[in-house]
Amino acid sequence: MSTGVGVDLDDVWVKFGDFVAVREANVSIKGGEFFSFLGPSGCGKTTILRTVSGFQEPSQGEVRIGGTNMVGIGPNLRPTALIFQNLALFPLMPIWENITFSMEVRGASKGERRKRADELLELIALQGQGDKMVNELSGGQKQRVAIARALCAEPDVLLLDEPLSALDLKLRQHMRTELRAIQKQVGITFIYITHDQGEALTMSDNVAVMSAGVIDQIADGRTIYDDPASPFVASFVGENNVFSGKIKTITKDYAVVDTPAGDLRAKIGTAARGKLQKGNDAMAFVRPEALAIAAGRKGKDENRLTASIKTEEFEGQSYNIFLNQADGAEIKMSLVNQGQAYEHAPGSQMTLSCNADQAVVLPAGALASE
Amino acid sequence: MKGTFFKEFFNRNGPLLGTYLLLAVAFWIIILIVLPQLSMLDYSFRFNLPPSAQGGEKDVYTMSNYQHFFNGSEGNPERLSIFGYQTDIPFNKVDIAVFFKTILAAIFVTAFDLALCYPLAYFLGQSASGPSGRVLLLLLIIPYWVNEILRAFAFRIIFGATGVINTVLVGVGILDTPIDFIRENVALYAGLGYAYLLLMIFPIYNAIESLDRNQIEAARDLGSPWWRIHWRIVIPFAKPGIVSGCTMVFMLTAGALAAPQILGGPSSLWFTQIIYQWFNTGGNWPRGAAYAVVLLFICIVFVLAMMRLFKVKMGEIGK
Ligand SMILES: Nc1ncnc2c1ncn2[C@@H]1O[C@H](COP(=O)(O)OP(=O)(O)OP(=O)(O)O)[C@@H](O)[C@H]1O
Ligand SMILES: [Mg+2]
Repeated sequence: MSTGVGVDLDDVWVKFGDFVAVREANVSIKGGEFFSFLGPSGCGKTTILRTVSGFQEPSQGEVRIGGTNMVGIGPNLRPTALIFQNLALFPLMPIWENITFSMEVRGASKGERRKRADELLELIALQGQGDKMVNELSGGQKQRVAIARALCAEPDVLLLDEPLSALDLKLRQHMRTELRAIQKQVGITFIYITHDQGEALTMSDNVAVMSAGVIDQIADGRTIYDDPASPFVASFVGENNVFSGKIKTITKDYAVVDTPAGDLRAKIGTAARGKLQKGNDAMAFVRPEALAIAAGRKGKDENRLTASIKTEEFEGQSYNIFLNQADGAEIKMSLVNQGQAYEHAPGSQMTLSCNADQAVVLPAGALASE
Repeated sequence: MKGTFFKEFFNRNGPLLGTYLLLAVAFWIIILIVLPQLSMLDYSFRFNLPPSAQGGEKDVYTMSNYQHFFNGSEGNPERLSIFGYQTDIPFNKVDIAVFFKTILAAIFVTAFDLALCYPLAYFLGQSASGPSGRVLLLLLIIPYWVNEILRAFAFRIIFGATGVINTVLVGVGILDTPIDFIRENVALYAGLGYAYLLLMIFPIYNAIESLDRNQIEAARDLGSPWWRIHWRIVIPFAKPGIVSGCTMVFMLTAGALAAPQILGGPSSLWFTQIIYQWFNTGGNWPRGAAYAVVLLFICIVFVLAMMRLFKVKMGEIGK
């Protein structure tokens, strides 16, 4: 298998007038990698992709593909193929002409094109449907045609702009596996954009989490989930409870935060090592599944937190209890479903427990809005 | 089937509005389209009789007006020759020559308008979005607030011996003596081309505006040069607009009267002017009607043939 062609963004800025859509992006994507950009709507994901594909020149900085600086090289000459957010298939051409448009451009004969179209149609499991028109296909089929059309151009880097967002949940999950399989098969670099964190975590080798034009963290999915680099990442990826307060005591690896729910001892996030001091405003993050109802004697690394119960909710595999901290901030606790019934009186106090290693302390900062 | 259509129509619009809408449509179709054309057709098959003889026993149907278009008047010395083979069929060379010249000129004007309008419509539809685009559109429309005849006279002034163009060309030293644009029919073609420009721009603009920008970018991303993007993506998409624009410009140019009257050189004759002469100075309405029917018929056949050639269906036009 080839090692593939890498993509580097070196201090890339994109400005529209005064508005900064992408700020100081430094990304290094290895050849053959499945790399995702994850972020809320409007954070600049599409803009980054357009910068890589050549539709948008960076206001500053450098885009390199396979080590070559791409400045001044138009989208038709870059070794990239882009799958658009709305697919942008050509409605007036039959499927096979859609797929082989890039070969037509290169002057391939009709016979060659038909042959290649048949191969690609087989890859996307649409054998024998090459003569249909675009509007005769279902959403998922169109999806796959768009992928085949991009693959036909034999790009070194495939860029995908939320290609699954228009599909329903079932099909989306199916297409995720399929995309991943296709990537493994062709072995080229995939750069994938999504605002769906599940999609990013399941498919990618590495994920860049963006907020408002800034890349907050680049890491593999597990690191992003377990060791977020910023309050935004912590609150955007998966569900998280926030406990805010000042730092009471601090050691090299752990800090105790004075939160409205009580003192909370937590591991310092890797990105925040050496940046926190006693008295700083900080946030401790604890996942809902890392919380439990306190029982027995307090263990060595255990925290005890108190909060008042708001509501409870049964969610199939988990049983959720929502509580309020003394300052009103909400806590969600997810317990494994063991037949609990709605047994807690609203307003009553409850003591929770969580392990210091399952809580992360970061300097206080902006959270992802719901 | 029909009953349910009317029932639904009245249910949707109410009895008052429903009746009004139906009457308006009926008026439009019958009074404005069907009756004038039918009476024209009827006229074209009659002899030119004084009012006293009309409706009398001499007032019968005849092909003589159509014959006149092909054979000319009695004693016409011209004979039809096919590929150099001389027949002894009388041949109305003058009128038929003018007829084909008119059609050819209309084709030329249509092609010229298309070449001019497609880039403009593409620019307006794809690049100039927002307020600047709308200002540009308005600037295009404003000259058409002026009456067609006045516009033709304006062209006469612009292209005249002492008009702006000649003054500038002579002033700059490109020309020694002014060009007679009127005699050379330059003014006529420019005036005709200008007269129906908007009818070409708007259908194409409408079509191109609804083209998803991403399709152009997708083609570009797949390596396509600009000409192929237009050839494979934009033009096929805009085809219905192009066809309706061309149809309108062609029909109206072939049937134009004001511009040829005002801007035509002394030697040029437009087929509509011959028709006009039969109706007006010639005093022969049936013959004028026959000539008009010939023009209309040939134009329709021509347009249908072109649509066939370019594989456009009737229903696509005006979409
Ligand atoms: N051509 C442009 N001119 C001005 N502003 C733009 C332009 N393109 C994008 N923007 C702005 O840049 C920001 C980022 O846009 P972008 O399309 O990259 O978002 P995104 O992350 O892809 O969002 P989504 O998930 O909704 O697709 C937005 O605030 C948008 O308004
Ligand atoms: Mg986007």
